[in-house]
Amino acid sequence: MSTFLSRLDPWWLPRALVLGALAFVIFGPLANLLLWTVAEKWYFPHALPLEFGFSYWERVFSPRGNAVESLTNSIVVALLTVVLSLTLAIPAGYALARLKLPLRGLVLLAFLIPQAFPNLTVYVNIARLFYVVGLNGTIPGVVLVHTTHGLVYAVWIATAAFAAVDAELEEAARSIGASGLRAFFDVTLPLALPGLLASAIFVFLESLDEFTGSYFVGAPDVNMLPLLLYTAGAGGNYQIASITALLLLIPSIGFMLVVERFLKVDVLARVGR
Amino acid sequence: MPSLTPQRLLGLFLVLPALAMVVLFFIVPLSASVIGAFEVEGGFMGGLGLDNIIKAFDFYAQDMLFTLVIVSLSTLLIALFSIGIGGYLTLGENPRAVAILRWLYRWPMFIPFIVVGQVLRTFLAKNGLMNGTFVAMGLITPMQATSLLDWRGIVIAFVWKQTPFVALLVAGAMASIDRGTIEAARNLGASRLRILFEIVVPQVATTLLVGMILSFVTMMSVLSVPLMINAQSPTMLTTDIAFRINAYGDYGVANALGLVSLLMASGVALVYLRIAMRERS
Repeated sequence: MSTFLSRLDPWWLPRALVLGALAFVIFGPLANLLLWTVAEKWYFPHALPLEFGFSYWERVFSPRGNAVESLTNSIVVALLTVVLSLTLAIPAGYALARLKLPLRGLVLLAFLIPQAFPNLTVYVNIARLFYVVGLNGTIPGVVLVHTTHGLVYAVWIATAAFAAVDAELEEAARSIGASGLRAFFDVTLPLALPGLLASAIFVFLESLDEFTGSYFVGAPDVNMLPLLLYTAGAGGNYQIASITALLLLIPSIGFMLVVERFLKVDVLARVGR
Repeated sequence: MPSLTPQRLLGLFLVLPALAMVVLFFIVPLSASVIGAFEVEGGFMGGLGLDNIIKAFDFYAQDMLFTLVIVSLSTLLIALFSIGIGGYLTLGENPRAVAILRWLYRWPMFIPFIVVGQVLRTFLAKNGLMNGTFVAMGLITPMQATSLLDWRGIVIAFVWKQTPFVALLVAGAMASIDRGTIEAARNLGASRLRILFEIVVPQVATTLLVGMILSFVTMMSVLSVPLMINAQSPTMLTTDIAFRINAYGDYGVANALGLVSLLMASGVALVYLRIAMRERS
């Protein structure tokens, strides 16, 4: 008994309290959202819903509800955004990591610009521009906007991923006769792949998350999930807003649980460098 | 001027498509909005003037300050919590607590801002689960329950969403620093708090700053959170911009407010630029 007590760290109580409070802060709001998705009736001062049921789920997924269309649109746009972003970010990231570029710091910073300005006024002007060329209210139009916005993640993480690959491996491949392209595709690219997958994940989620651009460039022709969530919430329908939020939450949490498998410490330490 | 070697040319060629994307779909409309801020009917040289800027300051000076305070406060809190989380993950001596924290802290990281807005709008409301739990625990009476859906709600939402991201970056950088100095300081009897702030944090300062800057500019641009949590005055500039366009179709003042946000964000971006340049040299 005395050995047990002496092994017991006096700090266990504050530690448990802090971790418990953190768990409450993180899971409390999520639990609240889950409750709203199955609440038929809930108002102040009741701490819990008065009636539970799934009638709002039926309304969301009924043929008249537009959740299915919004979900499909959101996923199609996000996948196309990932393809376009990586097509642009892989060569750019390789060049930024390996080749001697003039003004490299400025080039890296340039990709941050789309995140560094309240997008609202920019999207309004893009919408005007797209309207002239017929891209407004189309899926390609929304993909272009999302790609520009997500490029900072794609390029910065791709740069870090290529920088983390030992340059000597590529030189070794070159010295035994592999062409530059061959060395890139057979040696460097596979080694950088986990980091590139991580950047794909970031871009996918960034596209799924994007609200302002979709609103100005996509709506009302291209309906997306965040838009459905916003209109339902603004109309005071917390059930439908919460169900839509849950649909957006599932991929986010899923990716969070696997991201460290792709984003290793050596890559993380180089992000933004 | 360095000469253009074939390698530099290839590099430029590889970066150009991505850069063109940013120029075409961001810099061009951004310039249009900056010019739009100075466009007035019958102004100088066929329509330039300061009317929109003056109007923006007349109507929204309070919201400009409000935005700056909220975003700065959130950034500061994010940095503090990130150092705390990263520090415990690096220096914590109870393996089980470290494992629990590592599993716990990342949950909100990838949750979209619009979902964060909805989730916290339900949680922080008067009849939300937060007040419900406090009442059930006997900490407050139902009469004392207050809604946090004002500036506090916005700060909580920002910190809730952004801390995991910065903490992940910071913890990653902390994990890759040399354990030798930490062990040496520990053997000399330095407390863990002292090791954290005198040895660990200075070595990850660049990563921490990058995370803070990214968070600052991200939060400056978020429309959904202030719109969903607190759209009444005083509120954030993003809400005002949306309001100017939706209610009045007033692109001039909206662009002027956008310009103000741009100036705030570029101040922070300049800090990043200086760090990047210093590391280059």
